[in-house]
Amino acid sequence: MTWVNTLPLLLVLSSLVPGLIIFALKEKRHRTIRISLNVLGALLKFFWIYLIIRSLDTGLLIETRLPLLPQFDLVLRADNLSILFVILSAVLWLVTTLYAIGYLEDSPHRSRFFGFFSLCVSATMGIALAGNLLTFFIFYELLTICTYPLVVHWGTKEALHGGRTYLIYTLGGGAVLLTAIIWLHVLASSSGLSLEFAEKGVLAGSTLLAEHEAAVRLIFFMFIAALGVKTAFVPIHGWLPRAMVAPAPVSALLHAVAVVKAGAFGIVRIVYDLYGIEVAQELDLLGPLLIVACITVIVGSILALFQDDMKKRLAYSTVSQVSYIVIGVALYGPVGSTGGLIHLVNQGVMKITLFFGAGNFAKTVGVYKISKMDGIGRRMPWTMAAFTVGALGMIGVPPTAGFISKWFLGAGALDTGADWVIGVLVLSSLLNAGYFLPILYRGWFKPQQEEWPKNNQYEGRWETHKLLLIPPLITAVFVLLLGVFAGAPIGLLHWVEMIVNLEYR
Amino acid sequence: MVADIAFWLPLIILVPLLAAIGAFLFPRHSFRFAFIGTLVTAAVVFGSTGLLWQDKEVARHAVGGWGAPLGIDMVLDGLSMLMLLLTAVIGLAITSYARGYFLPKNNSSESWHQYNYFWPLWLFLWAALNALFLSGDLFNLYVTLELLGFSAVALTALVRKPAVLKAAMRYLLVSLSGSLMYLLGVVFLYAGYGTLDIALLGAVATNTPELVAAAALITVGLVMKTALFPFHFWLPPAHANAAAPVSALLSALVVKGSFYILLRVWLVALHPLADTFIPQLLSGLGMAAIIWGSLQAMRQTQLKMLVAYSTVAQLGYLFLLIPLLLRGRGDDIAPLAGIVIFLSAHALAKAAAFLSAGNLLYAVGEDRLSSLDGLTRKMPLTLAAFGVAGVSLIALPPSGGFIAKWLMLNVALEHGYWWLMIVVIGGGLMAAVYIMRVMSHLFLEARGHKSDVKPLPLCMSWPPFGLAVLAILLVFTGVLVTDMLVIGAPWLLEVAP
Amino acid sequence: MLESTQLYAIAGIVLFGMGLYALIVFPHLLRKILGMNIMGTGVFMVFVAIGYRGLDELPDPVPHALVITGIVVAVCATGLALALATQIGIKTGTARLTPDVEEDDGS
Repeated sequence: MTWVNTLPLLLVLSSLVPGLIIFALKEKRHRTIRISLNVLGALLKFFWIYLIIRSLDTGLLIETRLPLLPQFDLVLRADNLSILFVILSAVLWLVTTLYAIGYLEDSPHRSRFFGFFSLCVSATMGIALAGNLLTFFIFYELLTICTYPLVVHWGTKEALHGGRTYLIYTLGGGAVLLTAIIWLHVLASSSGLSLEFAEKGVLAGSTLLAEHEAAVRLIFFMFIAALGVKTAFVPIHGWLPRAMVAPAPVSALLHAVAVVKAGAFGIVRIVYDLYGIEVAQELDLLGPLLIVACITVIVGSILALFQDDMKKRLAYSTVSQVSYIVIGVALYGPVGSTGGLIHLVNQGVMKITLFFGAGNFAKTVGVYKISKMDGIGRRMPWTMAAFTVGALGMIGVPPTAGFISKWFLGAGALDTGADWVIGVLVLSSLLNAGYFLPILYRGWFKPQQEEWPKNNQYEGRWETHKLLLIPPLITAVFVLLLGVFAGAPIGLLHWVEMIVNLEYR
Repeated sequence: MVADIAFWLPLIILVPLLAAIGAFLFPRHSFRFAFIGTLVTAAVVFGSTGLLWQDKEVARHAVGGWGAPLGIDMVLDGLSMLMLLLTAVIGLAITSYARGYFLPKNNSSESWHQYNYFWPLWLFLWAALNALFLSGDLFNLYVTLELLGFSAVALTALVRKPAVLKAAMRYLLVSLSGSLMYLLGVVFLYAGYGTLDIALLGAVATNTPELVAAAALITVGLVMKTALFPFHFWLPPAHANAAAPVSALLSALVVKGSFYILLRVWLVALHPLADTFIPQLLSGLGMAAIIWGSLQAMRQTQLKMLVAYSTVAQLGYLFLLIPLLLRGRGDDIAPLAGIVIFLSAHALAKAAAFLSAGNLLYAVGEDRLSSLDGLTRKMPLTLAAFGVAGVSLIALPPSGGFIAKWLMLNVALEHGYWWLMIVVIGGGLMAAVYIMRVMSHLFLEARGHKSDVKPLPLCMSWPPFGLAVLAILLVFTGVLVTDMLVIGAPWLLEVAP
Repeated sequence: MLESTQLYAIAGIVLFGMGLYALIVFPHLLRKILGMNIMGTGVFMVFVAIGYRGLDELPDPVPHALVITGIVVAVCATGLALALATQIGIKTGTARLTPDVEEDDGS
């Protein structure tokens, strides 16, 4: 195995090993070691990513292969799509780690928290780099296992209850996923096909379609249903609002990067690299997918309107927004696909900003509900500014990143002739405005009604803890940069178009 | 000579046997005998594994120089080696753990009784298991099976409380009925074919009513001892009430001994009956075991009872693939690999679970689930051990249980047995329910709770965690196990010249 | 008319059945243990009967060896069972195995 082929494995290990070490660290005494390990893991990751990108340019196949069973290998492969997700995860993880250090200052069980936190990163890396269904499944379920202790971190009855709901949904989805995978494997082995992800779909042009068309169709819907749990399709989205019992860094993580994105990423892989977009179109699989996504977009936004709890409103907003990605995937055509993939990145950055903001409001002044937010912009102007950028991005206001995604999705809809999707996009943007603008109005323009429940002061007379303030500012800047520089030569657009072009030729 | 495995084979049985006798005769030094016996036996087993891996062929040792069919042969092939290895690894953990668990704190005669008698009985059990895995003829298997049963019952009865003694008595009676049925079946086989050597029987057996009668008796007898539904009733009380290291041994290894004999006998001697109803019946009972055992486990309020019912459920998985295994023997090693990996993963994870439960009992004094709240601060390693073991029991990736499940599902669906798939996946979800019940109690923060939690000695906190981690690491051994099992497949043990 | 070996074999099987019945049905431990012994005796009888090779030949020694081994095992089994039964008698005051399987741990 050449050194290049160890890179995907090293990427996964760069968080796995620190994570395992962190479990053994003592809470207070080893605080510096813990922080250093976290940061070291992140920096190593960036180094490996740099090496991988350099090698990708030369057209090399970068793949780690470990035989698990005589006919089944663990395959970690770095291609453009995986690296896109890897970079998104790595950057946002670093930022969230800093945030979490600030947020959890002096809380119990920090070693346990950061240990599982790191394991989640590894699991996400594994999902991104998975080269076949078995590998994908292993890391997908690993993510479920590692996120559970984070969801129940506070150890209260509510937390345990939220965790239990979370597991019921995700393990149920996992069972359906396993059934679909094994079924497909068995069908494929009879035609001698090995189910590794390949551009344009590994099923494209195989005899499988001719012999077992009905089964292949059914399996696709099983995949969508199973992956749809984590992607929070309506009506299997119920776990997401209940998982808000987790600490704010975890909610930021689950919603921006890890769990929901893993589901959406899974759907991307299934449609593009397993079935292939042409096959999916031929079998009429994209239509139902589009409908489910649109329903989720609308219903999620409507439900968000009725929430007073900030995190719950953001949760329903996520339910709605992640399905934009699926809309992009389901629109047959390079423009729509571009929109979907861009939104994968954009939604992550925007949503994490919003959750950081929500976490700051809760931690610094004890505000959890939107109705109590009047005048908070005066007390915490920088946080509120970051929050505003994120909110505007969600609505789709230029020059934020959100505008770019919605533009492409709209254009893609026109391209395919599914004009009604534009109606869905417009309606959803209006609804977004409907539930975000009041927050901005309250925060900036309304006078403060009553004393803040708590009022933590920080050194240097900054509005909040350094580590709680800097991350949202960083991500808010990213939202703007992603919007303004999207079309630049090394910008996001260029990268995504590279991926999309491989699918459609 | 040292590089010849046949030289080492008798030692695998003799070392624990001699250590047991020494520990019994000299109670003052019982732990020393146990300690040395454990290490030496484990070393011999590991060494033999290496030698077998190198040679890649079946090893035989004719005891006393007389060969089969009149003499007793020790036979070592891939399957036996894996079982011996599993036993050795768990044995290391048990010896370490029991040292801490049984060490008398309060000088009562009862605790000294337990401490002194545990070591010889445990070593006898180990010797019996090793002898069982090395046997090549049916009557030797009977003797070793009885040895195993007696040691197990005596170990169960170490704790001299009424409920435990009654559970041990039931266990003994069921065990004896089972072995006598097995023996009667063996008699029928001898009457029909004039030989007790499994390999020879394999060569001459044909599908006749006599063979069916013998098969029925042998199967029922062994199934009673393996606690397959509906003969499982004796297992939960015995496994739950015994001392923790004993429970671990019973669930992880003892029940697997009779299952191993079932595998051997069916794979070789009874293979003409592969298409009859008996294998299908076993598979059906396995499904019932999974469903019934999981349902009962979900209802329990005591931790060890929960884990014991989980054993009843998990044993069902072993029987699911038996019809497929018998059809494809020799051509396809996948069903056997699935069963063996599952068996190993279950042994490691279940031992870890029982040892963790023992730790929790040790610390808190009782094992009601509700009294486990908030223990995570005091015993993080135990919580981790149970959690990690739970991952393998639920068969979530990445674990040995998952790899086994994957293999089983693939094999099942390839042959069109889709109902097996439903049961296996459903079983996994049910296991998740009862395992997560325990985990949520462990994660719950309880205020002002345990101030009187006894601290755990190191020799008790590491073994369960180590075993649980091994259960996870099994996920990487798929290819190794398959290659090892090929040694000696298709399980027609060669007839000695 | 049945040959004597067949008669012995059938008698052995009948004894086996009777012993099994006693083991299962009677609650008194001593009866269960006796039943177990009778089961064993039944099996041994069948075994011995098989070894018969005719009036003019020596019987097959293999079943004899096995039966002797079996008797030794049965003796050990009986010893263990009786010791356990005695302990139960001491601790519970009765030598009956009450049919409650789901007993709570008496700690």
